[in-house]
Amino acid sequence: MASTYTNPRFPFRRPAALGRAAAEEVRVVIVGGGLTGLTAALDLAQRGVPSVLLDEDDTVSEGSRAICWAKRTLEIYGRLGLGGRFLERGITWNTGRVFFRDREAYSFDLLPEQGHEYPAFVNLPQYHAEEWLVAACEETGLVDVRWRNRVGAVENRADGALLSVETPEGPYRLHAEWLLACDGARSGVRRALDLPFTGQVFRDRFLIADVVMRPPFPAERRFWFDPPFHPGQSVLLHQQPDDLWRIDFQLGWDADPERERESDRVAVRVRAMLGPDIPFELEWVSVYTFRCRRLERFRHGHTFFLGDAAHQVSPFGARGGNGSVQDADNLCWKLAAVLGGRAPESLLDSYDAERGPAADDNILHSTRSTDFITPKTGAALAYRDAVLELAEAHALARPLVNSGRLSRPAVLADSPLSTPGTARSAMLPSGSPPVDAPVLRDGRPDWLLRHLNAEGRFTLLAFDHTGLRAPAAPPGVGLVVMAEREPPAGHLPNVLFDHSGLAARRWGCAPGDVLLLRPDGHVAAGFHAPAAAAVRAAQGRALGHAAP
Amino acid sequence: MTLRTEPRIADPDGFYAALMEAHRGLDDAASRRLDARLVILLANHIGDDAVLLEAVALARAAGAAPSACPTPSPAAPAEGG
Repeated sequence: MASTYTNPRFPFRRPAALGRAAAEEVRVVIVGGGLTGLTAALDLAQRGVPSVLLDEDDTVSEGSRAICWAKRTLEIYGRLGLGGRFLERGITWNTGRVFFRDREAYSFDLLPEQGHEYPAFVNLPQYHAEEWLVAACEETGLVDVRWRNRVGAVENRADGALLSVETPEGPYRLHAEWLLACDGARSGVRRALDLPFTGQVFRDRFLIADVVMRPPFPAERRFWFDPPFHPGQSVLLHQQPDDLWRIDFQLGWDADPERERESDRVAVRVRAMLGPDIPFELEWVSVYTFRCRRLERFRHGHTFFLGDAAHQVSPFGARGGNGSVQDADNLCWKLAAVLGGRAPESLLDSYDAERGPAADDNILHSTRSTDFITPKTGAALAYRDAVLELAEAHALARPLVNSGRLSRPAVLADSPLSTPGTARSAMLPSGSPPVDAPVLRDGRPDWLLRHLNAEGRFTLLAFDHTGLRAPAAPPGVGLVVMAEREPPAGHLPNVLFDHSGLAARRWGCAPGDVLLLRPDGHVAAGFHAPAAAAVRAAQGRALGHAAP
Repeated sequence: MTLRTEPRIADPDGFYAALMEAHRGLDDAASRRLDARLVILLANHIGDDAVLLEAVALARAAGAAPSACPTPSPAAPAEGG
């Protein structure tokens, strides 16, 4: 097999607590040094919160895992200082193309509008992202990454969690005031606490083949229903960097997973797809079934579950990794606020209140996609094919084609942290993620999102005519002013010129409108010409303080 | 808007005959797809989710228990809608 990537091996370092009778006391422990755990560790570190990160292995993820990084995820990594690396190293794509049998049914553009720093998607193997995250965590000096530290027993206590940790040189105990379980779909923490992980198993099997080749395909997502080269099943193709391509072949429930993994057999399937003229080498092969399931609650006392440890979805729609990054984005500023004494502990309940519905949404979309891709009855098959037969000639059928509803950022509707009833109806509603726009800063091109939530703070985003006036931001809240016209000399600091008008349009705002943004960028409240007390009250609410 | 259930087709026999004609020569699977295409075209034409869901519920009820399904009157409240 080909090999475009060699996993790094990180050294085991003997923990100081090894051999001591007393448990080591740590404020924040993260279990699982995968995508979710590393993202959480970096986010916390950038908010000044140190953590201990335990991983049972000594490397980043192996083989083909998450590959499609959605715009919101890229924006979050932009905030964490890694966004540019995804753009440079990954494959940017915005177009999806759907084929039915031997014809193209239609294509769609996921980001039809220009004027965003990040595209709809960047494709990149998960191990690259994890490698950058490890290095970035180390650079902060605040993340104590402990490789080959395997968590055994977990005792959930009123004041934290007591962990038994095994290492190559012996066991030790660790008491975590706060525990973030980011240890994946087979979470050991979840099992140690005996928490049910329930949902639906899909009776289907899929073959993932990562192939090294140089085919004449553009960088886009291609999905085939019932193609001549793989009749009766579906196929999904994605480009990755380094001439690496990922192909998902649907196999059906009756397929023999052992046999389907055999290289010769996989090569025949790939050859049938590519035709005789494109040379290729296999890099990775796996056969999987998938399921949609979740924990009932993502917070259990001082223990939080993030990513696949909390919820699992089918791969169609790229909702696994992207959902996990949003979990970390949601929890970390809250934990930092509680640890910093700026918010009551009850703020942490909002992690479950906000990410629970987001997980449900991901599971719902993922389940619907699976039902479309894998029809389970004659009627389901007839409807699916009918939709596809209509789609090429009739646009009306295209919205019904479901080859995966690709990850969108969660809108935290009904969040307990939002202040309702103060915004104008045109404004981006409370709970919305922030929306990017091109701006000019002191005459130079820039992006709006780069200026929100500096130093992990709340931001007051104020729309004004020229940037000469803005409401006073409460203590600890940053101020960014969007000017409708070119700001004259003597304008306020942090004024961005909305030269294209896109910021005003996308946020639904006019001069005098003001939005309070949480440290994760989501809208906490919208106002028109608010009194200082109203902004302070909204910030208090977003920090989980009871209403006065 | 609610689902209109009073007779509205001007030439019922002609419409029925056209439907049968459309299915002529098709095997079961092809017939099934034809009906499905028809449902999708008509559903899009109606374009009102509430009406569509009402129609789905009514169709399901009419097939499940014919004896227990009285002829709906236009004034009756929506079933399952």
